[in-house]
Amino acid sequence: MIQESIMLVTVVLMAVVTGVFVFIAVNAGKESVDYGPVQAKAFGIRTALFWVVIVAGVLITVITTLDLPYAATRGDVAEGAVKVQVEGRQWLWNLSQDSVAADETVLFEVTAGDVNHGLGVYGPNMRLLGQTQAMPGYVNSLQLTLREPGTYKLLCLEYCGTAHHAMISNFEVTTHPEHAAAANTQGRDGA
Amino acid sequence: MSEATLSPLSASARAGVLTYLAISALVFVLMMALGLLMRIGQADWLWMPPDIFYQVMTAHGAGMVGISGLAGSAVMWYFLRRYVDLTVGILWTNLALFLLGVVLILGGIFLGGFGGAWTFLFPLPSHGMGAWSNVGAACYLLGLMSIGVGFLLLYLDVARAIIGKYGSLAKGLGWPHLFGRGEGEPPPPTVVASTMVLIINTAGITAGAVVLVLILVNLFVPTFAVDALLTKNLTYFFGHVFINATIYQAVIAVYEILPTYTKRAWPSSRVFLAAWTASTIMVMSVYPHHLLMDFVMPTWALILGQVISYMSGIPILIVTAYNALTNVYRSGMRWDIVSGLLFLSIFGWGVGIIPAIIDAMIAVNNVMHNTMWVPGHVHTYLIVGLVAMLFGFMYHVAGQNGTTKMIDKVAFWVYAAAGMAFSFMFLLSGYVSIPRRFAEHFPEWVEYSATSSIFAVLVVLAAAVFAVRFLTSLKTARMA
Repeated sequence: MIQESIMLVTVVLMAVVTGVFVFIAVNAGKESVDYGPVQAKAFGIRTALFWVVIVAGVLITVITTLDLPYAATRGDVAEGAVKVQVEGRQWLWNLSQDSVAADETVLFEVTAGDVNHGLGVYGPNMRLLGQTQAMPGYVNSLQLTLREPGTYKLLCLEYCGTAHHAMISNFEVTTHPEHAAAANTQGRDGA
Repeated sequence: MSEATLSPLSASARAGVLTYLAISALVFVLMMALGLLMRIGQADWLWMPPDIFYQVMTAHGAGMVGISGLAGSAVMWYFLRRYVDLTVGILWTNLALFLLGVVLILGGIFLGGFGGAWTFLFPLPSHGMGAWSNVGAACYLLGLMSIGVGFLLLYLDVARAIIGKYGSLAKGLGWPHLFGRGEGEPPPPTVVASTMVLIINTAGITAGAVVLVLILVNLFVPTFAVDALLTKNLTYFFGHVFINATIYQAVIAVYEILPTYTKRAWPSSRVFLAAWTASTIMVMSVYPHHLLMDFVMPTWALILGQVISYMSGIPILIVTAYNALTNVYRSGMRWDIVSGLLFLSIFGWGVGIIPAIIDAMIAVNNVMHNTMWVPGHVHTYLIVGLVAMLFGFMYHVAGQNGTTKMIDKVAFWVYAAAGMAFSFMFLLSGYVSIPRRFAEHFPEWVEYSATSSIFAVLVVLAAAVFAVRFLTSLKTARMA
């Protein structure tokens, strides 16, 4: 899951920053040295660091913006996507349908009937798979392919009042008919 | 031109700054206690009705943002008046309007039942669903307005004083030295930082005032239609700028105090000036990173939000934090509670922006937005960064330099360790997708809140020590 990568990168970078601060703190109280050479050396390192950060930034920007979650809202919808209209209201989700087959691409067309809400799609393991805001007067389209059969949950991820935490709906992802048929065939073949 | 005047602080100005700080110390501890209350509620150690939880959440958010602004402005005012002629009456007027705002906000929340969060996203204030009335919401919004008007007056006075001495805001930012061969020395870091803050906060508060008026009119004239996306943009522009400005004000304490420990100058170099000009532009243009999950926003604005978030780390990490580390390294400086807290604060700021920058990547925000990951980075650079900075300044003002007591040492290490652990628990909670702003948690999430609550208790206790030590030192406060 992407969360694992995010956490790993975060912890590593935070540890590097922490290490640098600890190193400087340990050396701060040591016998004073002339500031000029310290500055000259440090500023040389900083210039190199600056360019590393800039080059890394360009690469990161290019790589991470190749696949944005906005395409469906701009009309670029996957062929055969199952459209599910979602309207958030205090404090429930009105869904045009509440189940799809596994491996189907689902297009959640999300809006709100009263205040701002946020549609968060949680997998059967209760990890967040994707989200979009639900706003009065606007439709945000969230396209997801839900691969694993099971009970997904739709949580509200934008604070919307006293029962915000209870604004939860189930969304069923059933075994795909072709997969079920294949499983049955395999079962018969293996028997 | 850049030399400090060091004219004696008048009795009224001294009383004003000390009053700002005393109120801030008390409110910080109180607001932390409210935060603790929320965490133990989520840990199922204390049952709180959801409407009460969300009222506490609203008070905690608005209270922390507001008091951070007040304390940050005290730091800025205290040092800036060494270079320019500030109006003491405005300092007091701001405080009066702030306190009026606090009364209205507390009345709106705890009497009027308002629990619309400090972000009060339109049209939620008019949709209390029985939990609060329009009058309660209006009290809260008018309270914010009162506080905003006070700060606006303060920043206009800062603008008048800087323009009066340096000639223009561009000169206050050191542009003649940045882009050409300015005569004499560039303005000192305190003036540069103050100029940046007054520019961004004047813009931010004005945007906040616009959205407050729009919502107030809509509260009583529902046919007055307001666009939800427009108000969201205005709200996050205001909110982002205001909370960021608090730390850009407070960091002046680091620029002014840390060099007195290291005996090394911290002048406004060209890189320094470039960093502050860049921050001026970036703090005002980065706010779309709060709207990355509003898919109808223009794609270019959202990508810009990601790119500028990344770029924002450069002035903070590679200039401010890096300069601090260079200034401190092998300086033979003495560690005490003041230098310790100021150094810690730069660490907290620097380390806290890492998960923030990562969160501002669209692909990451897709699974982290409005999870606990967000309070994770916010609390890192506010608890370990901003608040440490402010308490360091308070100890300095209280004349505690070089006289660290055992209780201060214990409080420092408890605060630093528990502050990091408390904040990291938020990040860990975001990692497992726990949403933020939930009054009640699923059973599998409760252990995260429980562990976090233990660290929160330690943070509150340590902060209470800092506050009590400052408040009991007020009489002997040393203010130049």
